Amino acid sequence: MATIIAGKTALRLRLYIAGNAPNSLLAITNLKSICDEHFATGCVIETIDLLVHPARALADSIIVTPTLVKVYPLPVRRVIGTLSDTEQVCLALGVK
Amino acid sequence: MKLNSPYPVVTKVLTGIQGFDEITDGGLPQGRTTLVMGGPGCGKTVFALQSLVTGANKRKEAGIFVAFEESTRQIVANAATFGWDLPALAKKKLFFLDAQLSPDVVKAGEFDLVGMLNVLQAKAVEIQAKWIVFDGIDVLLSLLDDAVAERREIYRIRDWLHLNGLTGIITQKVGGVEQDQRYNFLQFMVDCVVVLRHQVVDGTAFRNLRVMKYRGSGFGSDEFPITLTSAGMELTNRGPTEFEYHVTNERISSGLPRLDIMLHGGYYRGSNVLISGAPGTAKSTLAGLFAAAACERGERTLYVSFDEGGAQIARNLQSVGIQLAPYLESGVLRMYSTRTRGPNIEEQFGILRAKVRQVNPRCLVIDPMSALSAKVEHLASADASQHFLDFLKGEGITVVNTSLEGGFTADEATATGISTIADTWIHVSYIVQDGERNRALTIVKSRGTGHSNQVRELTLSDEGVSLTDVFVAQGKVLMGVARWEWEQEENATTRRTQVATDLKRLQLHLSQAEATARLQVVQTEIEARNAEISLLADSTGSASKLLRADRAMMRKMRHADEEVRVVTPPTANGGSEIHVGSKTNGGPKANGGPGKNGGKGPA
Repeated sequence: MATIIAGKTALRLRLYIAGNAPNSLLAITNLKSICDEHFATGCVIETIDLLVHPARALADSIIVTPTLVKVYPLPVRRVIGTLSDTEQVCLALGVK
Repeated sequence: MKLNSPYPVVTKVLTGIQGFDEITDGGLPQGRTTLVMGGPGCGKTVFALQSLVTGANKRKEAGIFVAFEESTRQIVANAATFGWDLPALAKKKLFFLDAQLSPDVVKAGEFDLVGMLNVLQAKAVEIQAKWIVFDGIDVLLSLLDDAVAERREIYRIRDWLHLNGLTGIITQKVGGVEQDQRYNFLQFMVDCVVVLRHQVVDGTAFRNLRVMKYRGSGFGSDEFPITLTSAGMELTNRGPTEFEYHVTNERISSGLPRLDIMLHGGYYRGSNVLISGAPGTAKSTLAGLFAAAACERGERTLYVSFDEGGAQIARNLQSVGIQLAPYLESGVLRMYSTRTRGPNIEEQFGILRAKVRQVNPRCLVIDPMSALSAKVEHLASADASQHFLDFLKGEGITVVNTSLEGGFTADEATATGISTIADTWIHVSYIVQDGERNRALTIVKSRGTGHSNQVRELTLSDEGVSLTDVFVAQGKVLMGVARWEWEQEENATTRRTQVATDLKRLQLHLSQAEATARLQVVQTEIEARNAEISLLADSTGSASKLLRADRAMMRKMRHADEEVRVVTPPTANGGSEIHVGSKTNGGPKANGGPGKNGGKGPA
C-alpha cells in the first residue's frame, strides 16, 4: 500500500482513507498533486484504508477520513479533509 | 406515571436514571437514536454515560463511548465521582474511543466519518455492543463549518446506527435549544429528543430535563428537575398523580409516653410528623426521643441534621437523658450532618434521597427540614420538600422533621407548606410570663387519630423530658414557676378550707349540744308543770269532797230530812247542783270560806 513517490526519504506521510468515499478519493488526488509540486525531492506516502484495516484507526487515533499525518520529520502534524486547501497543507507540512 | 401509548409498542431500555425511566415509561427506545441537547454543564455526558453503565452493570450489555469533547481520561475521572468504575468496565463491556481532535490539527477541506464508523462497526461486532454514545458531536460538526456537510454526517451516523441495530445516544451542546437553528434538523431526524437546561435563579442553580419528542411513545412532557448525586443523575418526578401509599394502623412511640397518650397511641407507622417551633423550643429533643425510641425497638434510623454535627447532637441529647451513643456504636442509628448553603435545593434532596436509599432506614429524622426549604422561594424548589416527603412516604419510612420558625411570633405557619402534607403536626412554642420563658406543646393536627387539644408544658431536666398539665387561672395559662406557685397556692387553699370546715363542724356540734341541753331544760320544766297541774287537780278534787263531807256533816248536825235527796247525787251531777247553789255565793274557792257561807246560803 505504500506508494513511493520519490527515492529520498525526506518526508514521510500517512494518508488514512475510507475506501472509495468521495472525500477520500479527492484527498488522494490532491495529495499526489501537492507532492508532485512541492516535494519532488523525496516523499513517502503510506495510504491506509480504514475499511480494510479498522484497527489502525484505533491505534493511530484517527477520527475522520481523510486524515493526513506527517510522520517525519518531527513534529508530527495532522491535516484533515480533502486537502483541497493547498496552502494549509503546505503550511502543515513545513513548506513555504 | 402510567402512560398509555396509542402507537405500536417501542421496545425500551432502562437508563437507570431515577425518574427518567418513569416519565418515559421504560427508558430510551431500543435500537434507535436519542439526541440529548443542552448547554454546557447540563449533564449531557452524565446522562449518556449513566445509560451506558446501567446497561453494562445491570444487563451485561456492551457499549461504545465515543468522546469528541473530553478525553477519555477526564471522563473516567468524572465517572469515578459517581462511583462508576469505568476502567473495570472498560476491560469487559465498554469501549472508549478518544475522538478528540487535537487543537493543532489543520483542516484542509471536507472530511467525513466513514472511516470512523467503519472502525466502530468492527469494534461493535467484536464486543457485541448494544449501545453507542457519540458525546459532543457538535465539536466535530463545527469543524465541518458547512451546514449541508454537517447534516450529511449526522444522517450517516443515524443510518449507521439503524443498520447495526444499536441504541444510540448523541449528545450535543447548544447555546439555547430553540435558538440554535443550525441543529434543528437533528430533532426531526432522531426518534427521541431530551433537552437539558441549566439555569440560575437567585444565585441557585437548577438543572432541568424535558423530553421534547419520543416517537412511538407517550411521555411526561413537563420540565423535571434533575440532580447530580453521588449515584449519578436523578430526576425528580412529581410522582404518580394518585396516592398509592401502603397504609398501616401500626402505632409507634414518639419516645415520650405522655405524648403517646395525647396522640391516643403514638405516631402512625409510615406517617409524616412535623414538629414546628421557634429556636430552642426543644424540637431536636423531641426528634431525638423519637430516634432513641426507634433504636430501642431495633429499627434502623437515620438522623439528618443541618445545624449541628452528629456528635454534638448526641452530647446535647445526653444532657436531657437521651442516650444515642450506644445505638451509634451498634450501627442501628446513623447520623448524617451536612451544610445547607451552596448547592441548590433539588440537589440537596437528591443527595438525601441517595443517602436514604443507601442506609434504608425505617425511621428518619430531618432536623430541621426548614433549613432546606426556607431560603429559596423559587417555584421549582417550593414543593421540592413535598416531593421528598412523598418519596419517603412511598418507601414507608416514618419521618419526624422539625421546622424552625422565623422568630418569636405566635404565627404557626411554616415556610414550606410541609404542614399541609404532615400527618401529625406538633407545635412547640414559648410562653413568656412572670419573667419566665416556658415551653408549651400542642398538637395542631393528627390525621386519623384522636388527640388531646390541651396545652401541655414541656419540661427538660437531667432526668429527662416530661409533659406536665398546665393550669388555667384568671384566663391565663400558668406554666413554670407560676404553675408551681399555683400548685402550692392551691394546696394551701385546700388546707385552709379543710381547717375552716373542721372548725365549722365543731361549732355546729356545740350549738347542737346547746340546743339539746335547752331541750332538756324545757322538758324538765314541762314535767314540773305537769306535776303542778296534777297537783292542782288533786287539791281541787279533795276540796269538793270536803265540801260534800262538810254538807253531810252539817245536815247531820242539823238533822235534816232530805238526806236521800242530798245523798243521791254524790256524782259530778250532783256536784253541779251544788255549784249552782254555790254560784250565788260568789264562787266555791278553797279559801275555807265556802264552808261557812255555803252552809249559810242554802240554809
